[in-house]
Amino acid sequence: MEIRWGIFAIIIGASLVTFIPRVLPLMVLSRLQKPDLAMRWLSYIPVAVMAALLGNELLMTDGEITPLKDNIELFAALPTFLIAIFTRSLLGTILVGVVTVMILRFLF
Amino acid sequence: MQQENVQLRLGSSEDSFLQGIKDCVPTLLGYLSIGFAAGVVGHTSGLSVLEITLMSILIYAGSAQFIIAGMVANHGSIAAIVFTVFIVNLRHLLLSAALSPYFRHLTTLKTMMIGSLLTDETFGVSINKASNQSSLSEKWMNGLNVTAYPNWIFATMAGAFFGQWITNPEKFGLDFALSAMFIGLLVLQLLGRKKLARDLIVVISAVVIVVGISMVTSGSVAVIIATIGAATIGVLIEKWK
Repeated sequence: MEIRWGIFAIIIGASLVTFIPRVLPLMVLSRLQKPDLAMRWLSYIPVAVMAALLGNELLMTDGEITPLKDNIELFAALPTFLIAIFTRSLLGTILVGVVTVMILRFLF
Repeated sequence: MQQENVQLRLGSSEDSFLQGIKDCVPTLLGYLSIGFAAGVVGHTSGLSVLEITLMSILIYAGSAQFIIAGMVANHGSIAAIVFTVFIVNLRHLLLSAALSPYFRHLTTLKTMMIGSLLTDETFGVSINKASNQSSLSEKWMNGLNVTAYPNWIFATMAGAFFGQWITNPEKFGLDFALSAMFIGLLVLQLLGRKKLARDLIVVISAVVIVVGISMVTSGSVAVIIATIGAATIGVLIEKWK
């Protein structure tokens, strides 16, 4: 139960390079009046980043497209999407998603 | 009139600290399961419980912590690990920029405090909350953050501690909590914005770009390029119409 120097250096370095991109735009951009075009561009970021994260998470494994027959997560995404659309409940969506994957992994 | 509206909003319970805590609850399963998994992986890579805990306190980013564990196990150099974490977490620039219009009323120090606890999950919840208001309340944001942050620390500690007995946390489907949460947040965004046709083109563009780019480079770089590309496509479509 200790902290090694090498690991400590990694943690400090990694925390700095994580902290800066997190705070810099918020600190600087919230001070500025941004042009309309920039605001509209920013308004697409949430949808774009979540779709990109999901696409990467659901479709790719180690830089290659996950074969369809092995991709349990992609099949589980279908009921998860439906629950999200019809209930609009975040908690319900997550629970249905997790239980679906658990069942599918148990079966296949 | 505007003043009245502002007061009305600040006074309502919807923007309170407690509401921030409540709005964080759906994400907790995600934090707990991913954090637990990160702790288990950290343990497997030979990191001590203390090191894993310090990592959660100071870095507080799941993807980065998984990568550190993996690279430490493979004896990566300090510089290589730090640089990789930088690339992986660079997407926070975009999240932070997208949130910036909603915190105009706060001091620089306060926006720094809020930004320092920014994650994919809290971003999703807060941008969703922001979709029908012009600013976000600091109290609400603090409620959200002080729920998510200790939860993450606790989950990774638990994973690090129990890691010696648990070899396969994936069996219970808990790793899917993250994807399911993104699905939920994405759907809420799409339904809330009332720009469905345009947004769907942005979604499809993001998925196509991320798949294409991650075949030639890392997934985290692909996520950044896909986000920038798809948002640009969204603006271009808006311009053409």
